[in-house]
Amino acid sequence: MAGYVLRRLLVALPTLLLAAASVFFLMRLVPGDPALLILGDAATPEAVADLRAALGLDRPLPVQFLLWLERVAAGDFGRSITNGEAVGPLLLDRFAVTAPVVLAAVGAAALLAVPFGMLAAWKQDSLADVATVTVATLLLSMPSFWLGLILLLVFGLWLGWVPVVGWVPFAEDPWRALHAILLPVVTLALVEAGVLIRMARASTVEVLRLDYVAHARAKGVPEGRVLARHVFPNAFAPTLTLIGLVLGNLLGGIAVMETVFTLPGLGRLLVDAIFARDYPVIQGVMLFIAAIYVLVNLAVDLLYPVFDPRVTAD
Amino acid sequence: MSAAVLRVEALSVAAGAQRVVNGLSFALAPGEALALVGESGSGKSASARAVIRLLPPGLRQVAGRILLGEEDLAAASARRLRQLRGPGIGMVFQEPMTSLNPAHTVGAQIEEGLALHTRLTRAQRRDACVAMLERVGIAGAATRLAAFPHEFSGGMRQRIMLASVMLLRPRLLIADEPTTALDTLTQAEVLDLMKALAREQGSALLLITHDLGLVARYADRALVMQAGRTVEEGPAAQLLARPSADYTRALVAALPRRGPARPPRPPAPPLIEARDLLVTFPGRGAWLRRAPPVEAVRGVSLAIQPGEVVALVGGSGSGKTTFGRALLRLAPIAGGTLRFRGAEVTRLSGSALLPFRLACQVVFQDPYGSLDPRMRVRDIVAEPLRLPAGLPPRQRIARAEAMLEEVGLGGIGDRFPHALSGGQRQRVAIARALVRDPALVVADEAVSALDATVRKQVLALLADLQRRRGFACLFITHDLGVVEEIADRVLVMHQGRMVEEGERDAVLDRPRHDYTRALLAAAPRPPRLAPLVGN
Repeated sequence: MAGYVLRRLLVALPTLLLAAASVFFLMRLVPGDPALLILGDAATPEAVADLRAALGLDRPLPVQFLLWLERVAAGDFGRSITNGEAVGPLLLDRFAVTAPVVLAAVGAAALLAVPFGMLAAWKQDSLADVATVTVATLLLSMPSFWLGLILLLVFGLWLGWVPVVGWVPFAEDPWRALHAILLPVVTLALVEAGVLIRMARASTVEVLRLDYVAHARAKGVPEGRVLARHVFPNAFAPTLTLIGLVLGNLLGGIAVMETVFTLPGLGRLLVDAIFARDYPVIQGVMLFIAAIYVLVNLAVDLLYPVFDPRVTAD
Repeated sequence: MSAAVLRVEALSVAAGAQRVVNGLSFALAPGEALALVGESGSGKSASARAVIRLLPPGLRQVAGRILLGEEDLAAASARRLRQLRGPGIGMVFQEPMTSLNPAHTVGAQIEEGLALHTRLTRAQRRDACVAMLERVGIAGAATRLAAFPHEFSGGMRQRIMLASVMLLRPRLLIADEPTTALDTLTQAEVLDLMKALAREQGSALLLITHDLGLVARYADRALVMQAGRTVEEGPAAQLLARPSADYTRALVAALPRRGPARPPRPPAPPLIEARDLLVTFPGRGAWLRRAPPVEAVRGVSLAIQPGEVVALVGGSGSGKTTFGRALLRLAPIAGGTLRFRGAEVTRLSGSALLPFRLACQVVFQDPYGSLDPRMRVRDIVAEPLRLPAGLPPRQRIARAEAMLEEVGLGGIGDRFPHALSGGQRQRVAIARALVRDPALVVADEAVSALDATVRKQVLALLADLQRRRGFACLFITHDLGVVEEIADRVLVMHQGRMVEEGERDAVLDRPRHDYTRALLAAAPRPPRLAPLVGN
């Protein structure tokens, strides 16, 4: 098992390297000179050249790439061009905002979606089923920012239950921090629950048709136990894969949501950095996102055999 | 018959407004074995499901009574039904690949019923499971309890399911096509075991089957169903020997019967010749430490003459399908040579292989998976005529229509495959294979998925087309009945090797290899109907 994890991590390295290379070179294709951006229109050509030299921008691209890679390998993501902050700690700071929101939202979505999806499948074609599917379809076709704005309007502005803007670190005031992330979590959870409900329902419908479910019932197994023991593990496996993909996606940044709810998260950092042509930050964020994706999917792959022993870790 | 284990009285089951079972009545005495026989759509499975009160969604019982002993099951509460399922009625299902839960060990699944229905301690339950697994022939039962279903073969899984059902000593055992997915030899082993267990425990047996051949061997009485209605009921032997209803007579007539042997053909250069053909698949295993390759076909030689019909027989995993694919260059050939019309084709590719591809065609087993659901029947049949280019579309369609006519499907070229029955689809597949007049057709279990009467028709069609068009045919099958019907020559494969080869009558009547003998002994044929010896 430990060997398998290690091997999977090793296999992930080329993926990350590829991601790093594409991020680096794609960024260089974007028009606009960071030195010019920092110094403004009035800068003399000499000043721009000096700054380019200082930032290392005057060297050949492959050299720039290798130098950057070398530093990254040592844990040094460089410094932001715009404000000189170290990118590494900056990433972690922003991730600390995004991660709790996303984890809570995906967790809530899964806890909501799997039981509802399974029940809908169990009661297939009943009123409850149709209602569940309708709500799920509504949820997944709703843009997250729109739902977010509506929730803000109702619960923030009209009812005043939660703050409309602002983010408070947990360390500072856990209670107020919870209030601040409540709406983003609910919004994300609802939107993602739509997809997960449909997935859980579809795979449950498939499993319910199989002989081993009939076999369990034919042995006199009570219905609740049939669902919990014979249907759930088999129906949950495909949903788990989807949860992994969703989680990877969202952890990589929820820029729109963070903008709506004014959260200083990873997505916002990336968008701001793109506008400022802040190469070190963009590269750092992108690489960080790729790493998260690889790790989340690895975690899902490792969890999979728990539900489907046909997939073994060895 | 007051002591009957099960009495079904005027049972009707409906899907919407349509009755799939209509007025079915029968009784089953303790220890008796009754076969419900019928083709697809006869309502036999729905009847079985109604008895154990597990009708699939959409079906419901609309009339009749089902009495287990003196208890009406239709009136029983859900709680009472749960008590009865297991010790009262046990059920064995058809599909070994899905009848055990892949997420739990077989031990946990066998034990589940005992935990629900008995007061045995954990240790006692475990002992009972081990004893039962040993009884059904699982070697090393004590250690195999912790294994998962995917670690067992199909036949083993059916044994395990049987163990989990029989452990509760049911008064009534329902077996719904329990061996349809298994090969002949495994089928006989599982059914023999089931019969023996039922006898030991005094369970009455309700056997649902489409195969009249099984009835004589495993049932005391048989009830023939067609379109939801009872056609005929009686002692099994009598029903087979002197069927009184027309439909039963048709079913009996559809049992495989040996046709007259064709005169031996003058020696001719072989159309296709395989020499020491070797097919391997990469072994599975850890990263960078691959297991050695699996040898699916281990040096098989075969020559087929033009116009010859050769049957290739073997059980699951014998390598017969892989060999058939290798012969068509559809599976990678790792060793040996393949010659077609005297020229070697073993390593040809691209356009050099095209003449071979065009001359050799294939009919697959699954009539549902082998036709593109988005193409019309006419276009499916016309498609092989696209190569080599040059034939105008109008002529392609005309030839496809003529071919469809020839397989008895004139006028349905407009339809899509989903609108056809299984037998019709297989005719389309045959038309597609024959439309460009191939020299060789490989038919891989081409009639295995069909009902008996339909199978008979499709086989007759194939034999007729073969006589008229004169193509050579390799018929891959696990069913010796098919061999009797159409083969000139028989090859028997076992574990990747050819173990026997010869003229049909010689192989069937005087088998030399033990495996062939076992296969023949296991074949579900009523002995009186299929004369084993020509005289």
